[in-house]
Amino acid sequence: MATRRIAVISAGLSNPSSTRMLADRLAAETVKALAGHDIEASVDVIELRDYAHDITNNLLTGFAPPALETAINTVVSADALIAVTPIFSTSYNGLFKSFIDVLDPDALTGKPVLIGANAGTARHSLAIDYAIRPLFAYLHAEAVSTGVFAASSDWGGSGDDVAPLAKRVEKGARELAEAIARRETTAVVDPYDPATYLGEGRSFGHMLGGLAGE
Amino acid sequence: MSEQSGAQAMQFGIMSVSDITRDPTTGVTPSEQERIKATLAIAKHSEEVGLDVFAIGEHHNPPFWSSSPTTFLAALAAQTERLIVSTSTTLITTNDPVRIAEEYAMLQHVSDGRMDLMLGRGNTGPVYPWFGQDIRQGLPLAIENYALLHKLWREDVVDWDGKFRTPLQGFTSTPRPLDGIAPFVWHGSIRTPEIAEQAAYYGDGFFANNIFWPKEHYQRLIELYRQRYAHYGHGTPEQAIVGLGGQVFMAAKSQDAVNRFRPYFDNAPVYGHGPSMEDFTEMTPLTVGSPQQVIDRYAAMREHYGDYQRQLFLIDHAGLPLKTVLEQLDILGSEVVPVLRKELAKDRPAAVPDAPTHAARVKAEFGDGPTRQARPGANRGDNLTGDSPYQDSPAPAPAGAAFGLSRKEA
Repeated sequence: MATRRIAVISAGLSNPSSTRMLADRLAAETVKALAGHDIEASVDVIELRDYAHDITNNLLTGFAPPALETAINTVVSADALIAVTPIFSTSYNGLFKSFIDVLDPDALTGKPVLIGANAGTARHSLAIDYAIRPLFAYLHAEAVSTGVFAASSDWGGSGDDVAPLAKRVEKGARELAEAIARRETTAVVDPYDPATYLGEGRSFGHMLGGLAGE
Repeated sequence: MSEQSGAQAMQFGIMSVSDITRDPTTGVTPSEQERIKATLAIAKHSEEVGLDVFAIGEHHNPPFWSSSPTTFLAALAAQTERLIVSTSTTLITTNDPVRIAEEYAMLQHVSDGRMDLMLGRGNTGPVYPWFGQDIRQGLPLAIENYALLHKLWREDVVDWDGKFRTPLQGFTSTPRPLDGIAPFVWHGSIRTPEIAEQAAYYGDGFFANNIFWPKEHYQRLIELYRQRYAHYGHGTPEQAIVGLGGQVFMAAKSQDAVNRFRPYFDNAPVYGHGPSMEDFTEMTPLTVGSPQQVIDRYAAMREHYGDYQRQLFLIDHAGLPLKTVLEQLDILGSEVVPVLRKELAKDRPAAVPDAPTHAARVKAEFGDGPTRQARPGANRGDNLTGDSPYQDSPAPAPAGAAFGLSRKEA
C-alpha cells in the first residue's frame, strides 16, 4: 500500500475553533477517500495560531525560527495541502496570508490543495473562489475545483438542505484524493544539490554560457 | 611590496554596513559627516587594537552613506599601516565591471596591496533600476559581470561580448593589478547556492554573512562551497578559503551587556521590533554578554564550519555611539581576539591555508623573483591596433606571449 503525507493548515484564531473542526473533517474524509485508492495517508495539522509570533518574526527578519521552520517543511514537503481559514473582511485572515507569505514562492508549485473556509453566514461563501483560489493560482498550486465553505448554520443544523456540509466535505475530499492518487510521491528537491541549480551533470561553466565555451 | 605583516592563519576584523541610525537612548541621529568621520575613527582604531581587516558595505540609499567605498577605503589605507581594507559587499550586479576593475586596482596600488573585496548582489531591489539594471537578472548579472571582472584583471587586452554591457574591443583596464596579482575576491552570500558555486569555480574565497540567520543556513552553503572547490580542482574541501561574519556586544558583566545593548537591539533596522534579543541571540551568532561568552561562541565556529580564514564582526550599527563602539573595539582587541587567535590555531591542520594576503599571493606566483611591473609601451596614438600596450620590466616578455608576461587564463 502506497503512503502519502497530507499537511493541514488551520488559521482559526480561537480555541476551540470551527475552522479547525472543518479542517479535521476535510482531513479525515480525504484519508478515507485515499483508502479507496489503496493509498495510506498520514496527516499533520498545523494550527497557525501557535506560530503567530514566529510568523511575524519571520516577516521581519527573513528567517523562520526553528519551530516555524519545522512547520514550513511539513507543508512544503507534503504530497497535498488542506488549507482552511476563517473569512475576515471578505477574504482569508491576515495570519493565513502571513504564513503563505513566509513560504518560498515556488514551494507550492504543482501541489494539490483543498481549500476550506468558514464564516458566520453563507453570504461569504464565494470568498473561496474570488479571494482564496486566486492566491493558490498565483502560487501555481493545483487547487481542486470544489472548495468547502462552512457557515455557522452548517454546524448548528442542516444549513443547506440541498448540499449539506457532510456532502460538500465528501466531494472536496474525493477530488483531493483523486489528485493525490494521480501523482507520484512528492520528491524532495535539495536546493544545495548542484544538479538542482546547474542541471544534472553540468558545470558552472554552463551558467557562463558562451563565455566559458561550454 | 610594502606589506609588512607576515602570514597569519586567521584574520580578524570588523565590518560596517554604514547605517546612519538614530540612537534610541538619546534620540540623536548623527549627521552624515559625523557618521562618516566616526566610521573612519572606528576603522583606524581597529588597527590600533590589533585587528587585521576593516570592511565596509556599498549602499546607494539612505540611511546608508557608503556609496563610494573605494574613496573611503583609500583614505583609510592612507591613514593606517597594516590594516587590510575591504568591502562587504561591492555590488557586482549594478556596478559596471570595468569600473570595479579600475577602481579596485587603483585602491590596490595606493594601499600597497592592503586590500581585497567582497562581492554581493545588493540589499534592495530599487538599486537595480537606479543603475540601469533589472533585479530579475540579479543572478545572471552577478555571474556575467564577475566573469568580465576576472578577465579584466588577468588579461592586458580584452575582447568581450556579453549580454549586459556594451562589447569591448582591445580594451585595457588600468592600472594593471599591483605586481601582476589580481585583488583577492570573496563572494558573499546569505542564501544563494549559485554564489557558493561561483566562488568554488574560480577558486576564490567564500564569505558567509553569518549574522542574520541561523547557522544551519550558512553551514549548508559553506559545505557546498567546500565540496565544489574540490570538485573544480583547487584543493581539498578543507583548503577552501572561508570567511564569516558575526555580531557581538560585550561588557565585563554579562548582564550589563544585555541591558546596554537591548534598546539598540529592539530598535535596530533589520530585526528590531521582531524577535526578542534572547531568542535572536539563541538562533543566530549574535552574542551579547561577557568577553568570555563571545570567545566561547566564536571559538566554536570552526566546529560548525570547519577551519576558516577570516572573521569579521559587526559592531558599529543600530545607532551605537562612537564612544561605545571604540570601547567594544578595545575589548575585542585586548580580551577576545588574542584568545580566539590561539583557540582557532589549536590543532589547525597544516594543510589548511593561511588567510590570503597580497604578499603571500605574490610569493605563490613569483617566488622570491621579481614581480610584474607593468609599463605602457610608447604611445602610438592608437591603443587598439599597435603593438603591446605594456612593456614589462626588467625581463622582456617571454616568446609567444602577445602582451607582456603570459598570464594564466581563467
